[in-house]
Amino acid sequence: MNAGNRLAMTDRSKPNAAPYDIERVRADFPILSRLVHGRPLVFLDNAASAQKPRAVLDAMQHCYENDYANVHRGVYELSERATAAFEHARELVRRFLNARRADEIVFTRNATDAINLVATSYGATFLKAGDEVVLSAIEHHSNIVPWQLLRERIGIVIRVAPVDDSGAFLLDAYAELIGPRTRLVAVTHISNAIGTVTPVQDIVRLAHAQGAKVLIDGSQAAPHQKIDVLALDCDFYVFTGHKVYGPTGIGALYGKADLLAAMPPYQGGGEMIRSVTFERSEYADPPMRFEAGTPNIVGAIGLGAAIDYVEALGYDGITAHEQALLAYGTERLREIPGLRIVGTAAGKAAILSFTLAEAHPHDIATILDHHGVAVRAGHHCAQPAMDRFGVPGTARASFGLYNRFDEIDILVEGLRQVKEVFR
Amino acid sequence: MSDLRDLYQEVILDHSRRPRNSRHPEHPTCSAKGDNPLCGDKITVYLTVADGRITDAAFEGRGCAISTASASLMTELVKGKSIEAAEALFHRVRDLMTGTGEISDNDDEDIERLAPLAGVRQYPMRVKCATLSWHTLMAALREDHPPVSTEQDEGRTP
Repeated sequence: MNAGNRLAMTDRSKPNAAPYDIERVRADFPILSRLVHGRPLVFLDNAASAQKPRAVLDAMQHCYENDYANVHRGVYELSERATAAFEHARELVRRFLNARRADEIVFTRNATDAINLVATSYGATFLKAGDEVVLSAIEHHSNIVPWQLLRERIGIVIRVAPVDDSGAFLLDAYAELIGPRTRLVAVTHISNAIGTVTPVQDIVRLAHAQGAKVLIDGSQAAPHQKIDVLALDCDFYVFTGHKVYGPTGIGALYGKADLLAAMPPYQGGGEMIRSVTFERSEYADPPMRFEAGTPNIVGAIGLGAAIDYVEALGYDGITAHEQALLAYGTERLREIPGLRIVGTAAGKAAILSFTLAEAHPHDIATILDHHGVAVRAGHHCAQPAMDRFGVPGTARASFGLYNRFDEIDILVEGLRQVKEVFR
Repeated sequence: MSDLRDLYQEVILDHSRRPRNSRHPEHPTCSAKGDNPLCGDKITVYLTVADGRITDAAFEGRGCAISTASASLMTELVKGKSIEAAEALFHRVRDLMTGTGEISDNDDEDIERLAPLAGVRQYPMRVKCATLSWHTLMAALREDHPPVSTEQDEGRTP
């Protein structure tokens, strides 16, 4: 089946929804019209970072040109406007995650920063030597190393939940890992390396039954599907802005209000205090307790614009489009002899990790680059996941809301050249 | 796509498909492991050194076409060389691949054979692939010569 037919079929499959107008979506992203090595850019590295729509760029530019000042300080017009825009962005994140209250949303640098915040503040305060933290075999390094640092600091025990050969979560094995010593479960919502969507609802239920808290790393979930922290009933949820079409340097932590209220500060400085003397300081309430220093004001405003953008498009359309891309991409890649798809769990997200018998992932990525195709090559900051599948690394095509079916054809054409070169 | 062929020249493809001296010698006098944690490439270089001369050089490892070809060429070129000559070649090669050195008419046959690797200069992210085996060579030589500091982590990526 060629790409054109598939696109038409996808449109027909959703008769009641507004058709997903991919060309209009693409027109919103200025970078998509540039050339790479003389060829149109085919950007398939969205799991690493996504491109930005004009709405995000404009919102940030508008703030700098019209409403910029530091927040929560000045009594003058500009500071009030900047503060209002910054806090409006927090409200947008609340709505995005379906949290109860905006003060349950802490702005961070990114997901890594948010996880470190929880490990440092919650972990070091409420966990003790011998307590167990359960991770999974497919975590990003950002959801492994902060817990190892905590282990070095206070002697927690890290346990790792396995996945099967498709990359699917083994819920039974996982249930056995969680016991009375488990204090915290930290798990990815969607694997960045292989696309597995983890059964977070079941994970939360099992963890809570043992009295353990749950942190979900939603960095990959945020761009692909609607998130609802109330329905999940997770204790912490983190994501990063730049993967959901927002700017770099801004992310968010959701924490249940009672947990955040009980947690000590993460870093000290301005913004996070109520009063300071040289004898002692009183800390502000959450979320500002965890936002020491001048925050990434314009980054937060850009993230808010990104959230507005994806919500206006709607996750129904985005998810359906990306799943259709995944199905078509899987079908086309399977045509290529010697290509192995790593990660085939049912219901996975639009991430295709693969190896080629003839060529190393780096060589694949270099040659694809000459076709204008940007893919990631390597271990995707998930070395344990690569070890699980017995590969040093993979090439990874990860789709976003602006990718087209014919871009998959260009990817396949590029892969055929890789095979030609390494014949 | 002409610049792509500058990188994947026939010499490179040949050495990556059929790497020379890719084996584990029975009694090497020194060896070192190198890895590029960014891409997962791993290599072990084995040397047999006698009277200040490298009488055998071999390697084992996994990596991309560039790193495999570079390792293969490296073992061929250092075999039979004095340690001093091998070290001098390392410095010359490193400069060549990182773009701080140029190939000149005065260069000998060794450099001419390595010239195809200089294609990585156009690909900053791939330079480490080409230099990994050479850094590992230096680490192996230093293991054989304790006076040289092993504190420097030369076996890893530069």
